[in-house]
Amino acid sequence: MKRTTVFGMALMLGSLALAATATAAVQLRSERGDLPVSEELGHAPDIQQYQKDGLPIERNYLLQPPLIPHQIEGYTITPKFNKCMSCHSWTKYKEMNATKISQTHFESRDGVVLANVSARRYFCNQCHVPQTNARPLVENTFKPVDALKAQ
Amino acid sequence: MANDEKKGFLSRRSPGVLVVVAFIVGIVFWGGFNTAMEATNTEEFCISCHEMKNNVYKEYKDTIHYNNRSGVRATCPDCHVPKPWVHKMVRKIQASNELYHKALGTIDTKAKFEAKRAELAQNVWDAMKKTDSRECRNCHEFGSMDYTKQGRRGMQAHQEGFEAGKTCIDCHKGIAHRLPDMHGIDPAVVVGPGTAQK
Repeated sequence: MKRTTVFGMALMLGSLALAATATAAVQLRSERGDLPVSEELGHAPDIQQYQKDGLPIERNYLLQPPLIPHQIEGYTITPKFNKCMSCHSWTKYKEMNATKISQTHFESRDGVVLANVSARRYFCNQCHVPQTNARPLVENTFKPVDALKAQ
Repeated sequence: MANDEKKGFLSRRSPGVLVVVAFIVGIVFWGGFNTAMEATNTEEFCISCHEMKNNVYKEYKDTIHYNNRSGVRATCPDCHVPKPWVHKMVRKIQASNELYHKALGTIDTKAKFEAKRAELAQNVWDAMKKTDSRECRNCHEFGSMDYTKQGRRGMQAHQEGFEAGKTCIDCHKGIAHRLPDMHGIDPAVVVGPGTAQK
């Protein structure tokens, strides 16, 4: 018992020392810049508004989860109700003029096809996100493959 | 003795004076009644007797009817108490049933509330459907809507909905409170084959 404690402590101290040397070696740059935490940034970044309501957004690569071209504020997803599905389900998409939920969302992780949306695909905004017109934080030169380019 | 004196006082006056006295008493009584009625229409009063503080009221505080860009707030009675007098009185009397259940503790835990939630929500939906969403329309009147200022989806849905004779509550359910298990209404909006936890 005592021996394990001593061993554990030694292990902890060792890993701490290792972590310390690793941090010293890498120069980290804060997203805040060089300003110390004690000082104010001077201005808050602009508040970005979500795109209110638009047409579907083109996809950039194969299997990309489609982006959400509308606001989703107040759209709750609980085990009892999924607001997204009140338009994007197979029963409603035609009437609501919405994109229908992909068939891939009805498979369990073992590839078994289910009668309803799989629990692992139920929480839509794990992959599908609404958009703002915010300036990208870093430059991005990504171009979609020819097959997906809008003509 | 005091009674006799009062009787004497009134009988000695002309009918005109009696009418004026009755008029003033009427104003005082009606004013008092109305003030009391208004007092029962405040949020604090609702919360003090209805089982709502930790469930529906808490949920409402996350919604646009509580907090929004222009600071207009719809409180409990704006949606749940009719403005026309007769309907208001009827609703107020019905509310006493809710007080009875508050006293009994029918829905005083989360589990008990969730078990009854579908039924309670259905009651409100039915009432709103019956009145053509009267309380919604106190603020959101169809005739005052400018479709061109609405989003792409709302513009289409509102025009088609009104055309088809739908009312607000037909589509706008669960806007100020969370929804119950909706499996019975549309199985496609719930995860799995209706296995949502109670």
